[in-house]
Amino acid sequence: MTAITIALTKGRILKETLPLLSSLGIEATEDMTTSRKLVFDTNRPNLRLLVLRGIDVPTYVQFGAADLGVSGKDTLMEHGGDGFYEPVNLGIAKCNLMTAGIVGKAPVTGRLRVATKYVNVARRFYAEQGRQADIIKLYGAMELAPIMSLADEIVDIVDTGNTLRANGLEPRQQIAAISSRLIVNKAAMKTKHSRIQPLVDQLKLSVTGIE
Amino acid sequence: MTRVDRWLLPEGIEEVLPNQALQTERLRRRLLDFFHSWGYDLVIPPLVEFTESLLSGSGSDLNLLTFKLTDQLSGRMMGVRADITPQTARMDAHSLRRQGPNRLCYASTVLYTRPRSPLATRSPIQVGVELYGEASLAADQEVITLLVESLQQSGLEAFHLDLGHVGIFRCLEEILRLDANLRPELFQLLQAKSSDLSGWLEQHVTDPALGVILQELPELAGEPLAVLRRAENLFHDAPAELSLALDELRAVIERLQAQFPKVPLYLDLCELEGYHYHTGIVFAAYAGGIGQALARGGRYDYIGETFGRARPATGFGIDLKVLGTLNGAREPIRPGIYVPAAEDDPEQAGEIRRLRAAGERVVCGFPGQQPKFDELHCDRILVSLDGAFIIEPVGPDSLVSN
Repeated sequence: MTAITIALTKGRILKETLPLLSSLGIEATEDMTTSRKLVFDTNRPNLRLLVLRGIDVPTYVQFGAADLGVSGKDTLMEHGGDGFYEPVNLGIAKCNLMTAGIVGKAPVTGRLRVATKYVNVARRFYAEQGRQADIIKLYGAMELAPIMSLADEIVDIVDTGNTLRANGLEPRQQIAAISSRLIVNKAAMKTKHSRIQPLVDQLKLSVTGIE
Repeated sequence: MTRVDRWLLPEGIEEVLPNQALQTERLRRRLLDFFHSWGYDLVIPPLVEFTESLLSGSGSDLNLLTFKLTDQLSGRMMGVRADITPQTARMDAHSLRRQGPNRLCYASTVLYTRPRSPLATRSPIQVGVELYGEASLAADQEVITLLVESLQQSGLEAFHLDLGHVGIFRCLEEILRLDANLRPELFQLLQAKSSDLSGWLEQHVTDPALGVILQELPELAGEPLAVLRRAENLFHDAPAELSLALDELRAVIERLQAQFPKVPLYLDLCELEGYHYHTGIVFAAYAGGIGQALARGGRYDYIGETFGRARPATGFGIDLKVLGTLNGAREPIRPGIYVPAAEDDPEQAGEIRRLRAAGERVVCGFPGQQPKFDELHCDRILVSLDGAFIIEPVGPDSLVSN
């Protein structure tokens, strides 16, 4: 039987993905949330799970190192999404991709400085708004950038908005509503269709059942 | 640039070293000989031409992929070919002007400004065929059959054949009459089989019947005959063009299944790769767990229009370097015979000539040289014993007294 590999995103997305997989009868042979392992066998023959950092999931799937993947829409938008299908909205890990700035501070006219880890998304968004923006790539703690006058605005995912508020920031414009998606390598879909399509169909069914 | 990285090649540009190069070249010869036996004439298109002809009728994708330079003689813009198909189309329309069907084949390096997929080469060797002047399905059948047999001929045992029909989406797009800025959005959603498609359709497509067809289109993929059955039901009340496309696919698929029962087929009516340039049945071959297609082709009628002669056309291109790396396509290379240096010895020279004529690889040593047999790729040595020549086996570490 052809081996199938699914790349999962660690953290919150993983916690919300595992019940979905369980509903399909797929269980890892050990506890994925506590183990330090990166590759997990499952109760299904020739079905493996990988646990990766979110940004690496599209890369693994694009190269065919994993056949399927679960990835946030924010990550997919930033990655550009070439070489894979995106057939199921899993409806988990919902949040918003937004711009944010310091509360009450007058918007900057002219050229804007934006700190974000979503460099491509930010560039596209501000261009669509007709604004020229200089993008500063940061890897974490975006909220600090406006406070320290490194940037005028940030682009980041916002869940409850508590972190923003705690740092004196306010959400401004919504760029996109985010949830996790199932992605499938195009070549794998074609060559391992008889194994992958049932997984896709079951997940679709399972997701629409929950909603 | 420091001394350390001076030897580095540009990203996506690679050299092919001895063993691999021989394999690749043998494969190239085998494929070209095979195309020849099918009546395809070899052409060698130029490395560069003016962009007006090189990029004609090919869409913006190819434009971005093409390296450009200014011709110092004419002041005009030239491009290094990123695809050979437009060049053969020009040959068909202008240089050859044959009245009947025109079968051409080629094998040359092309150059891309950026890799088509991550880590892929920017200078693949494209080996392919083009068939001009025949609009009927028989031409599609010939070219697809030729691709399957070429891959088999090259020694590749297991590969998948992926089929599609760009005419279906083209027809739907024509009926839809979408705004120019919405077209790429729909295209992207379909190509990604995206779950966001239904929301987009609700917002932008008013005709409910069309909406249903577009919604289902990404799902029309899988085992060919089952997909065709579902599509025939779905397209029941749709324009005749759609049913016609399905009839064409059915004919091609039934024939392929009869001819090559062991080649797995996959039909995807939403496969839009090369859409900007293709017009009808498209196909691709996948093998060896490689994430990208190994060979691609399809119908691309009217490309010659810009040269004043629109001709129906179909063809395919194989990525030779990729095919060369697949195990099935490798053939064993026989190591050669080492001949130690000797003073002017006509008898030995005669023996060497005889061996070479018999197809052996014979490597002559130099005086005072201790041969490294693995580097010379030799596993035998020619020795003279009592006036007769005999060939003895040697290992990679054997020592020879000169």
